Amino acid sequence: MTAPLHFQSIAELSTKIAAGQLSAVELTQSIIARTKAIEPRVHAFNSFDEADALSQAAASDARRSAGQSAGLLDGIPVGLKDVIAVAGQPLTASSKMLANFVSPYDATVTQKLQRAGAVLHGRLNCDEFAMGSSTENSAFGPTSNPWDLTRTPGGSSGGSAAALAAGAAVATLGSDTGGSIRQPAALCGLVGLKPTYGLISRYGLIAYASSLDQIGPFARTVEDAAIMLGAIAGHDPRDSTSFKTAIPDYRAELKTRRGPWKLGIPKEYFGAGLDPEVGAAVEKAIAFYRSQGCEIREVSLPHTQYCLDTYYIIATAEASSNLARYDGIRYGHRTSSAKNLLDVYQKSRAEGFGDEVKRRIILGTYVLSSGYYDAYYLRAQKVRTLIRQDFLNAYREVDALITPTSPIPAFKIGEKSADPLAMYLCDIYTIGVNLAGLPALSLPCGFTQSGLPIGLQLIGQPFREADLLATAHAYEQVHGWNTQFPSL
Amino acid sequence: MNYEAVIGLEVHVQIKTHSKVFTRVGAGFGHEPNTLTDPVVLALPGTLPVMNKAALDAIIKAGLMLGCDIAPVCKWDRKQYFYPDSPKNYQISQYDQPICLGGSVEIELPGAARNVMGEHKKIALTRIHLEEDVGKLNHHATDSLVDYNRAGTPLMEIVSEPVMHTAEEAFAYLTSIRNTMIYGGISDCDMEKGQLRCDANISIRPVGETKLGTKVELKNLNSISYVRDGIAHEIKRQLAVVAAGGKLIQETRDYDGVAGTSQSLRSKEMAHDYRYFPDPDLMPVHVDEAWKAELRRACPELHFDKQRRLIAEYQVPYTITSVLIPDRELSDFFEATAQLAGKGRAQAIGNWIANDLLRELGAAKVPLSASKISPANLAALIQLLDAGALLNAAAKEVFTTMFATGDAPAAIVARLGLAAAPTDTGELEAWCRESIAANAKALAEFKSGKESAINAFKGSIMKAAKGKANPKLVDETLRRILAE
Repeated sequence: MTAPLHFQSIAELSTKIAAGQLSAVELTQSIIARTKAIEPRVHAFNSFDEADALSQAAASDARRSAGQSAGLLDGIPVGLKDVIAVAGQPLTASSKMLANFVSPYDATVTQKLQRAGAVLHGRLNCDEFAMGSSTENSAFGPTSNPWDLTRTPGGSSGGSAAALAAGAAVATLGSDTGGSIRQPAALCGLVGLKPTYGLISRYGLIAYASSLDQIGPFARTVEDAAIMLGAIAGHDPRDSTSFKTAIPDYRAELKTRRGPWKLGIPKEYFGAGLDPEVGAAVEKAIAFYRSQGCEIREVSLPHTQYCLDTYYIIATAEASSNLARYDGIRYGHRTSSAKNLLDVYQKSRAEGFGDEVKRRIILGTYVLSSGYYDAYYLRAQKVRTLIRQDFLNAYREVDALITPTSPIPAFKIGEKSADPLAMYLCDIYTIGVNLAGLPALSLPCGFTQSGLPIGLQLIGQPFREADLLATAHAYEQVHGWNTQFPSL
Repeated sequence: MNYEAVIGLEVHVQIKTHSKVFTRVGAGFGHEPNTLTDPVVLALPGTLPVMNKAALDAIIKAGLMLGCDIAPVCKWDRKQYFYPDSPKNYQISQYDQPICLGGSVEIELPGAARNVMGEHKKIALTRIHLEEDVGKLNHHATDSLVDYNRAGTPLMEIVSEPVMHTAEEAFAYLTSIRNTMIYGGISDCDMEKGQLRCDANISIRPVGETKLGTKVELKNLNSISYVRDGIAHEIKRQLAVVAAGGKLIQETRDYDGVAGTSQSLRSKEMAHDYRYFPDPDLMPVHVDEAWKAELRRACPELHFDKQRRLIAEYQVPYTITSVLIPDRELSDFFEATAQLAGKGRAQAIGNWIANDLLRELGAAKVPLSASKISPANLAALIQLLDAGALLNAAAKEVFTTMFATGDAPAAIVARLGLAAAPTDTGELEAWCRESIAANAKALAEFKSGKESAINAFKGSIMKAAKGKANPKLVDETLRRILAE
C-alpha cells in the first residue's frame, strides 16, 4: 500500500513528476490542502503564502515542459524554519521583536534551493531565536507533536519537524546550535542532519550562536536527507566561516560507501537520565550494526560532563552580542512609550523579547563582562578545545559514534517550560557535537510502547557526511520505521 | 613646582577603499543619506561580514611605512556598546592582537624662523588596528536622524605612546601622520570629511616624575588647529586646577573649537565595559612574508626622506621644500619638471610651483591631478625664458593660459604674439644706434667706465620694440655697437 502523497519522499515524488504522473502544482496543492487540514491542531507554521507557493510550482511545471527541469528537487515543496531569510517573506525568528519584519534579501540556502527548483512553502515555527528544546518559546504559541498533540515536537526547529511529520511539507530546513535539528527529528520520527560546521553557508540565517549554528535538513529518509544536503552544501563567499571543500554526490555515495564500519559507543552517553525505552531501542540498533559485521567498541569522551556548561557560556555570550542589533532603531519592534534613547532600547527589548531570550542575553552579557571574561568565556573556549579533542581521539579508533539523540521521547507541552535546567538536559547528547563542529544525524530507531518515536544519533567525522549518511542508510534499509506515519 | 604635560594621541584615519570593510557596497562621502547601505551595513537579521582585503592591505602598508611589526595573524574582535550610529550595536575591531605593533612617526617641530628647518624627532607608536567606522547622527529640534553611509568604512586607529609634551608636538605629529597617509595613498586625510579624527589623552606631572598623572581624554578635535588649541587649553586648565589646590579627575572632555572651551562628558565611573570577545563570524587572516614583501615594495619614499633628498639633490631651499613636501603630487611634479629642465633650474621650478601653480590651483579649486598643467609644459616654459625667447611678464601670461588649456607654451606664445625680440636684428640694431645717438651723456659715462650707464639706452629701445625686445639680445647688440 503506498502512502498518501503528502507522506511520500522526495525520491518517490520526483520520480512521479519526472514520469509526468504528477505535476508540481498538483503536489503543491496537495501539500497546501494538508497544511490547512493539520495546521489548526499542529501549529507548525508561523505563516504560509499559498499564492506564492503555487506560482513557484507553476514555474517548475513550465520549466519541466520546456525540458529545463533543475533536477530532483524541482517542484518539491520544502518548508523553511522562520530564521532563514527569503526575500519578500516574513522573517520573525518566532519573536515579537520581528513580528512585522519582511526580509528584503535571500539567504544563500534559499537561493540554492530556488536554483534547484524547490517550491518554498511556509515559515516554520521554532523557539524564539532558536533558543529552546520544545518550540514552546515561540512568541506565536507552541507547536504540537503530530504523534501526540499534547506533546512538544522538540526544538528549537519544532515547526520544521512537525510540518514534515504531519505531511505539510516534503522536506524542511532547520538550524542546529545544540541539537535543534536532531532532537526534534528524534521526537517526530524523522531523519535530521546537522552538517559539519562550515559546510553550509550561514548567510541569511538569523544568528543565535555564530560559532555553533548550522543549517541542516529534515527528511523522511536518509536518501532525501542526502538530496537536500547536496542542494544546500558548499562554500559561500558571503560567509567567511564556510569551508572550501568539494561536495560529493551524497545520494550516489549512499550506494558506493559500504561498511562494515568501526562504531564507537561513548560510555558517557548511556548514564543516568536515559529513558529505558530509548536506551533499549538504541542498544537494538547497535546490535544490528554488530550483526552486519561492524566492530563495536566502547570509547570515552571524558569531557562530556562539561558540555552543557561550556555550551551555555559560549552560546549565550555570542547570543548576547548577536541579538544586540534588535534595538528598535532600524527595524523590528519599537516601543510606543519611549521618552528618550535609553527608553527606546530598554522598552523595545523588554517588550520584544521573551523570557528565555532575555535569560540568555543576561547570562551572555555577564560572562563577557570585565572581570568575568577569563573565568567564564576564555575557560569555556579552552574546554571546548578539549571536548573537540575527545572526539578526534575517538576517531583514531572508530569511524563514527552511536548514541541516543535525546535522553527522552517527546514530553508534554508545559512539562518542562517552568524549569529551564530540566529543558537544557534534553540536549546533553547533542550539544557536544556542536561544540566540536562535527556532523551528526538522528534517524528513527523505533517507538515507545505508547507510540512515540525514538531517535538514534550517529556522529561522524568533519566533512565526511557521505560516510555518515551511508552508515545511516545501511540501518534504514532494513528497518521500516519511516513507513509509519502519525494518524492525524 | 614645575609641571610638564604628557600627551598621547589616538588618531583615526579612514582608509580610502572602493567598498566598505566587511561588505561590497561602496564607500564614499557626500552621498544622499543611507544610499551607501546594504543588508550587511544595516545589520539586517542573518547578515554576515566578509573582510575586504584592500583595507587590510592598506593598514599593513601604513604599518610598514611607520616601521611597525606586522602581526602574523589578523584577528577580529567585537567591541560592544549601544548607540544608534552603530547598526549591530557592536563594532568589529581589534582588541588584544592589533595588526601593527610598535613603530614611530617622525615629526618636525617649528624652526627658529619660517625658512629654517626645525628639530626632528620620533614619536613612538603603541599600535595600529583596523576597525569599521560608525554611521552619523544628525540632530534636529525634536528628533535625530541617522545616516549609515559612513558605517562600515574601513578605519584605522593609530595609538601613540604617551611621549609628547606640547601642543606643538601633537600638531606636528598629526601633520606627519597626514602626510604619511597621503604619500601611501592610504587616505586623503580630509578632516572636514572626517577622514582624519583625533582624540588626545592629556595629563600633567611634576618635572622629574616618571609616573603618569591623572589622564583626561579630550574629544572632538575636528581640525589640526583644534588639536593644537584644544591640547594647549587642556594643559592650561589642568595647571590651573592644580595651582588652585584642586585635584584632577579621570574624565572625558569635549572640546568646543569655536568657543575654545571644554566640558566634561563622563567620568571614569561612567566608562563603558565594551565586553570585547573574538568575532565568531570572521576567520583570522594569516599574513605571510610574501604578502608583506609585496606591500613593502608598494611603500613610497617617506615625506621627510623626500624632503632631505630634494634639498641635497636639487639644492632647493628649505622653504620651497616645505611647500612641496606636504603634497606628494606637487613634489612629484617638481621632480618630473626638474628631470626635464635640468637640476640647475630646480630653484626656478620651485618658484613657479610655489607662486604661480599654487595660485592657479587655488583659484580653480582643483587638485593638481585634475588640472591640465604638465611637467613637460612647465619645463618648456622655463627653457623659453632661459633662451630669452620670452620675457618674465609675458611668461606669467603664458603660464596662466597653459594652466587653463594644457597647450604647449611655444604654441601659446605664437598664438598670443608674446614672443620676445624682433626676429629682424637689423631693426633692433637701428633702434640701438638711434638710442646711443640720442644719449650723448650716457655714452660718455659708459666710455669713462661707468658700466651701469648702458641701461640708459634700453628704455627707448624697449619703447620702440613695444616691450617685446629680448633684453639679452638688446644688451649684446648695444655692447657690440659701443665697442666699435
